Formats: sequence, C-alpha cells, structure tokens
Amino acid sequence: MSIIAHYNYWVAILLMMIGLYPVIALPNLIKKVVGLSLFQTGIFLFYISIGTVAGGTAPIFHEVAGRDPLRYTNSLPTALILTAIVVSVSTTAVALAIVVNIRRAYGSIEMPDIENADQE
Amino acid sequence: MRDQSILRVAAKSMTPFILVFGLYVIFHGDISPGGGFQGGVIVASAFILYGLVYGGAEMRRVIPRWLSDTLLAFGVLLYAGTGTFTLLAGYRFLDYTALLPGNPGTGEVIGMTLVEYGVGFTVSMVMITIYNEISEGTVPDTGSQPPGEAGGNG
Amino acid sequence: MPSFDVINLVLLLMVTLVAVAVVIVRNLVAVGMLMSIYSFLMALIWTNMDSMDVAFTEAAVGAGISTILFIGALVHVGTEETPHPRLHWPALLVTGLTAGALIYGTVGMPAFEDPASPANSNRVSIGYIRQDVEKTPDAPGHGTGPAVHDATQPVAAPGQPAGPVAQEHAGADYFHGHVPNFVTAVIVSYRAFDTMFETAVIFIAGLAMILFLRRRTA
Repeated sequence: MSIIAHYNYWVAILLMMIGLYPVIALPNLIKKVVGLSLFQTGIFLFYISIGTVAGGTAPIFHEVAGRDPLRYTNSLPTALILTAIVVSVSTTAVALAIVVNIRRAYGSIEMPDIENADQE
Repeated sequence: MRDQSILRVAAKSMTPFILVFGLYVIFHGDISPGGGFQGGVIVASAFILYGLVYGGAEMRRVIPRWLSDTLLAFGVLLYAGTGTFTLLAGYRFLDYTALLPGNPGTGEVIGMTLVEYGVGFTVSMVMITIYNEISEGTVPDTGSQPPGEAGGNG
Repeated sequence: MPSFDVINLVLLLMVTLVAVAVVIVRNLVAVGMLMSIYSFLMALIWTNMDSMDVAFTEAAVGAGISTILFIGALVHVGTEETPHPRLHWPALLVTGLTAGALIYGTVGMPAFEDPASPANSNRVSIGYIRQDVEKTPDAPGHGTGPAVHDATQPVAAPGQPAGPVAQEHAGADYFHGHVPNFVTAVIVSYRAFDTMFETAVIFIAGLAMILFLRRRTA
C-alpha cells in the first residue's frame, strides 16, 4: 500500500511544515530561528530516508556483507547530510548573534515593536 | 560555581577523558564512525565544559583568543594547502596520489589524514569561538553598553 | 510488523509531538530544552536507520552545542515570549498548500527502504561502496602495513605473534588505500572539493560570530 511505502517521507514533510509555521506566523525572532532549525532537520530526515536500504547495515566495511551494495545503507546521502548538520548549527549561531544585536539596538525581539521603532 | 566543589572536581577529572575520546574519533575516522567533524565537536565540548564550570576568564587563560583565532584559520589553510600542493606537484587539485608518487595507496591515506586534521581544527575552534562570543557579558542587557566582565577581556 | 518499523513509528510520533510543543510553548528556556530533546530523538531515529555518522554528528552537535548556544543567546534577549493571537490562519493555509504540493510530489517516489531505487542502484553509489573508482593499485612490494603486504596474513608487530583481534581481521583490505568507512571515503576523498567549501562555510560562521559580538577593546 502506498501509505506504508511512503510514510517516512510524509512525516518528514509534516516536520518541515511544523517548522515553517513559526517563521511566517509567530512574531518572536527566537521562535523564527527555532522554526528554521526544525525545517532543516525535516529536510535531513527526508534525505536520509531516500538512502535507507531494507535489511541493510551501517556503511562500514565488514567481511560478511563484502562489497555488496544491497547490504549497506547508501553512503552518499549520509555523507552530504553529515556536513550539512554542522553547517546548520553554524548558521543558527550566526542567526542568534544577529538576534542578540537586534535586541541591543531596538530593546525588543518582537516584530511589532521593531517595526514601530523603525517607523519613528 | 565557587561553592560547588562536586561540579568542579567532576569537570576537571572528566576533561582529559573527553579530550582523548575526541582525538580518538578524529584519528579513527577511517575505520569507525567518526571523522573530523564529530571529533572536532567532542574536543570543543571538553573545553566548553571547563569554561562552563570555571568561568570564561579561566577558559580564556587555557585557550587564549589569539590561539583559537589562529587555529581557526589554520584548519582551512591546511585543507586548501594540501590541494594546492598537489596542484603545484603537477597532479589534479586534491588528488592525494601526489603526496607519495611511489605508492598511490599510501598517498591517499596520508592525504585523507591531513585533511581530517584540518577539518578537526576548524570545527573545534569554531565551536569554542561560538560559545565564547555568545556567553560574554552575561549580565542581562539594558540596551546600552553592557558592563564588562569582572576579570576584563581575556 | 518488523521491529525496524515499530521503533521508527514510535520515535517519529515522539518527534512530531516535541516539534508541536516547541511551537506552542512560550517560555523560551523550555523551548531550548525541547530542542535538545528533539535533537536526541532525531539521533535515535538515524541510528535506527543505520546512518551512524549522521547520528553521531546530530547527538554531538544538536544535543550539545546547539543547546549551549541557545541558552547563551537567551541570557541576552529575555526568556518569555509575549502572547499573541492563537492561530494565524493565512500561515496555516500557506503551510497546508505547501504540504499538499510536496505530498503530491512524493507519490511517484520509490518506496521507503527499497534497495532497487534509483538512489541506491546507480553507478556512482555502487562505485563508492566497491571503491574501484579510479583507484590505482600499489606498486608491488609497498604497502602501509609493517612490511606485510599480503592482506591475508594478520598484521602484528615484528617478532610478536598476532593477537586475537588481528587474526579476526585478517583478510580485510584495510590497507592499500581502501578505507573501511565508506562515508569518510566519500567525504574526504571522492567529494573532497565539497568538504573543503563546507569547512570554509564553518570558518566564515566563526568569523561572523567574532565580527558581530566581540567588543572592541579601546
């Protein structure tokens, strides 16, 4: 059945949407940054689900499975997501640094207050 | 944290083990799960634990600002330098067989090790820098110039 | 139902609940703790899916560094979110439409965990596991072991008998330029160019932290 076959992708999309909602709807800047982080982990889940193999094992060579590619999880999405995780925490750090500076400049991190202060 | 001697003793005795484990993860990245990224983060977490328990000034005494800034750039330089060296030796960029032209297999291993060290340096120093910069001036801000740390800037 | 699916479903359910809680809860310190729990549960999901390197990185980075970073930022900005009207209907509409479009896009995708999917059976992925992409064999008589280039013999210090672990691993081609960890081989050797720029991005993030937040001592 297609639900059993695709449920992992749909949960990943659900996580992405749960992360997208605070970016649009919530006025607090910290919540927006947290929403972006949730969105990113949803994308990672989607990507790794593509590379999983039924009955497979971790992509490290051992003699039982030999060089048979059907016995290992696909190593390529794993490699790409590994660096993406470290890059995502670095960009979250920069985003939080910008939020701290906004707080120092405007005195608040809620969007309506910042917009009012800008229009004065 | 001055009165919490359990925390101070535990942090000080755990730090060498965390460091050794982090270096093990970097060195054995070829054989077991791990590599430069994971090992770099673990090495940084040892220093961050020390900084959390003993204070920012004490952590700055152990890792001075000039050291973390220099090693930050040195990691990327090591990585790109390996690639430029292989380019200048006549091979393609980041073709590790240039490092030991007699046996290309060993050259690959040497190249991978050097590059992992570069990644480990950069990632660990970036995590330490992130923690230090975000935790300086820990008094809640009143919007204007925040009061400096009691020990001054490192 | 195979145990993989049971564990996967339970963990995914917990992850979704924690994600909804992160959006709803107003105390930002609690949000930081919930993000740490979220990262830890994601690490468990990836361990279940046999992606060990990703689980390792997520546990170290997400549950460790990210939480410290978040709490450190909260000290500067304040820990309570001001109340706001409960549901933002245009945002719900947009996210619903986007979810619908994405789900429509995944209907044609191969089934989850299919070994014959195009991602798992193309020439490049198989080449990374067989590690025969442009590999030249060592010159005869050379190798990285201690003067033993016959991979069927266990490796031991000269003059010593081989220990049990070495005998167990005899016959594995750990030397001669092949690394057992395929993910490290992909990151560091086959896709080394990408990793160089990822490292540069991490370096730039550290640089940006210094430029944004470091006080100039007069």
